[in-house]
Amino acid sequence: MIKVTIDGITVEVEQGSTILEAAKVAGVEIPTLCYLKDVTPEASCRMCMVEIEGMPKLVTACSFPAADGNVVHTRTERVVKARRGVLELLMSNHKTDCFSCPQNGMCKLQDLCFEYGVKDVPFEGVEKAIDDSNKFFTYDPNLCILCHRCVNTCQKRTCRGSIDTTQRGFKSVISPAFGMDWADSNCESCGNCVQACPTGALTMKKQKTYRHWDVEKVLTTCPHCATGCQYYVYVKDNRVVDVEAADGPSNRGLLCVKGRSASFDFAQCDERITTPLIKDRETGEFREAGWDEALDLVASKFTELKKTYGGQALAGFACSRSTNEDIYMLQKMTRVAFESNNTDNCARV
Amino acid sequence: MTNTIEDITHDSDVILLCGSNPEEAHPVIGMQVRQAVARGAKLIVVDPREIDLAKKAAIHLKLKPGTNVAFANGMMNVFIEEGLIDKEFIADRTEGFEELAAIVKDYTPEKVGEICHIDPEDLREAARLYAKADRAPIMYCLGVTEHHTGTEGVMSMSNMAMMVGKLGKAGCGVNPIRGQNNVQGACDMGAQPNVYTGYQKVADPAVVEKFEKAWGVDLKHLQPGRMATECFHDMIDGKIKGLFIFGEDPVVTDPDTNHVIKALKSLDFLVVDELFMTETAKYADVILPGRSYLEKEGTFSNTERRVQRVRKAIEIPGTKPDTEIFSLIMQRMGYDQPILTPAEIMDEIASVTPSFAGISHERLDSPEVGGKGLQWPCTAKDHPGTPIMHVGKFARGLGYFYPAKYQPSTQQVSEEYPFIMITGRVLYHYNACAMTARTPEINELSGNSFIEINTEDAQALGIVDGDKVYVSSPHGRIASWARVSGKTSKGEVWMPFHFLDGNSNWLVGDHLDDFSKTPEYKVTAVQVEKATEEKECCQYMEVPNIVRKKKKMAKMF
Ligand code: SF4
Ligand code: SF4
Ligand code: SF4
Ligand code: FES
Repeated sequence: MIKVTIDGITVEVEQGSTILEAAKVAGVEIPTLCYLKDVTPEASCRMCMVEIEGMPKLVTACSFPAADGNVVHTRTERVVKARRGVLELLMSNHKTDCFSCPQNGMCKLQDLCFEYGVKDVPFEGVEKAIDDSNKFFTYDPNLCILCHRCVNTCQKRTCRGSIDTTQRGFKSVISPAFGMDWADSNCESCGNCVQACPTGALTMKKQKTYRHWDVEKVLTTCPHCATGCQYYVYVKDNRVVDVEAADGPSNRGLLCVKGRSASFDFAQCDERITTPLIKDRETGEFREAGWDEALDLVASKFTELKKTYGGQALAGFACSRSTNEDIYMLQKMTRVAFESNNTDNCARV
Repeated sequence: MTNTIEDITHDSDVILLCGSNPEEAHPVIGMQVRQAVARGAKLIVVDPREIDLAKKAAIHLKLKPGTNVAFANGMMNVFIEEGLIDKEFIADRTEGFEELAAIVKDYTPEKVGEICHIDPEDLREAARLYAKADRAPIMYCLGVTEHHTGTEGVMSMSNMAMMVGKLGKAGCGVNPIRGQNNVQGACDMGAQPNVYTGYQKVADPAVVEKFEKAWGVDLKHLQPGRMATECFHDMIDGKIKGLFIFGEDPVVTDPDTNHVIKALKSLDFLVVDELFMTETAKYADVILPGRSYLEKEGTFSNTERRVQRVRKAIEIPGTKPDTEIFSLIMQRMGYDQPILTPAEIMDEIASVTPSFAGISHERLDSPEVGGKGLQWPCTAKDHPGTPIMHVGKFARGLGYFYPAKYQPSTQQVSEEYPFIMITGRVLYHYNACAMTARTPEINELSGNSFIEINTEDAQALGIVDGDKVYVSSPHGRIASWARVSGKTSKGEVWMPFHFLDGNSNWLVGDHLDDFSKTPEYKVTAVQVEKATEEKECCQYMEVPNIVRKKKKMAKMF
């Protein structure tokens, strides 16, 4: 263990820890843009610069290993000035039209510019073409700060390796190999790169349907496969409008296309059945019925069959997509009310 | 799974992936397998298909479908021949080694190579790589279980792991990657004819007595239960008259669709609790509107036995919690079931299930658990849960080497049905796709039935990529669209089972695994022909008419 002092707070951290990790232990926040947890530091944005006593140059906290006895300052005038410089440079290549940007309000770049008093930097770049080809998200290079969080996510977290930095004209942009459209690449549309993007360059198309301050976040478990990924659903006016990966034990901040983009439309589509339906066996037609009528019919029919043929003539199958609590009650109903052990689930299909 | 997703993908040197395509079926596990390879772990892929992960594999054994047991016995033959077994582990912790050793003696790599259509040297290499690794998990999936010898297939997996001592420690184990989100939970919760919650046996009088006490009813008079796949036969035979189906769609997901439909039609009374007018719901006498996971509190158990929370986010007017529906039916049938909250139900589960005794919603939501869920067995309120099973000792005491012999599949090709059809999943959908297909963008990416066929076979049949084809078996005929490539071997075709416009389940027979009654989805003999003229295909029932109540309800959204 080594001792490091950050903004006057001394902490003990493991040998090999970065200044950023030590700061976290000390409870001091250092702003980052390109830094991605669990991935070798990119150290390209220089947003995380700090001053270490006795060192002539500022260092990037996300990559610089802390040494025993380091005394670090994260908020000196020199540091703040340097960070402002970084932001100004980024903004000169960034089209500022925050109010029409879907990321407005949850943009790290916007937050930092506000915090460091950077505003109204004229856009000096040439407008570049937007890639709107992916079904679920959009890439706007005019908002891209080339921090590579998306590229590092795709190459080192999802390990699909679909995107990289490429040249379009004289400017670098993010794109699949040979500058092909996103939709034509081997991209799996998992959207993990989008979640990693600190700006409005990569945004989910769904983001246009809400403002982040309007939504309530509910942590839940994906209903598709047995990986059990954890995510937040964003709820607005009794509707789920988007999904954000949570750092769950089995998914560690990742999701697939099903979890991120196909896990809520079905629940709130018009085809949902919302009234009990009773069939007329003669005509084959269903008619809408009240709950009491339907439940009375179900109970009386099952009771009658049980009386005539015994409980073994009844069966109850559970859904292996539903909750444990539902399934427990279903098998309990089959056993105590139907008086039958004929209960099963779709484990075998 | 005996281990966790994290430890088998982050702490392993070699991964033995058998009949599992996690990149499509369990994508986030697939991503972590890819991370493992990037980190330097070696991958052995055992799969008849040229799945994407096979490109990253150190060795790909392209087994002939249905020969998993022969493959595993071949691996063990090499373990023994080359002195790679863990003698100490076998002596201290297992039984039945001698008997199995005598069986696998005959499974020389040369013989196995012939059965499985693989190179004996590749088998030897794979055996050495797996056995010599410090930490190596086996991961397997439906490719192993969905055969008529599926149970032997599963036993063979643990036989391999036990023989080289790779159980009960991090980065090892035998890890079935369960299919649907809560299939683990459905089994844990006693929705099986022969067990109550936590696999407590119905055949054990002490267990029955315990549940009689807890539920206040007589359970001794209940006859032994039948599994769902057997129940369908019983319906046709008139032995089962009334069925309650909660959220399943067997008309789409079960094999031999015509047989399932016939069974449902034979019933006196069918109730379906569902979100949509599914193919199965169309046959119901009563449909009760159910709720999705977004509309309820509760828990799912993932493939790692990890119990995690599901939380209510929205409400759909008109619906009721499914647990309340069941309770109201119980009450009406004369059982005094109070309406409980999901948290109270979990408390009841904990009170009757030793392996869940320490689990409650309150605890799952507490800072102590910190959003990490609890992995059963979790036997007390202060028990931290069990990430890795069989540490130091097997649940049953000694690990048993199951003497599994290879039996050829009952499905053999013939002149009439010359192709072996394998079925599986694609990335964008889940099973009956009742959920995923309601996201329009998903359907744009992947919305139609297709069949993968080997280039040479396609040439011989005059089929080119994208052609409409007919696929038939003795059970029926469907239309589909050809994808011609080298992904499948000659004589083999592959089909996903999600799509209603050409569902492979119409073609699959229902010959079941002798023990687990798992349908043999993975292997079916079929004929494929170019669709040059209109031919009659299997069809689902038309959407029945619904007579609305006079007072038209306001549109919900
Ligand atoms: S798209 Fe976003 S994450 Fe990727 S480089 Fe640009 S700003 Fe960074
Ligand atoms: S969506 Fe997923 S696969 Fe596609 S580029 Fe982003 S991270 Fe890579
Ligand atoms: S997000 Fe994808 S991998 Fe995760 S549980 Fe859902 S379907 Fe499975
Ligand atoms: S966050 Fe450290 S250099 Fe970008």
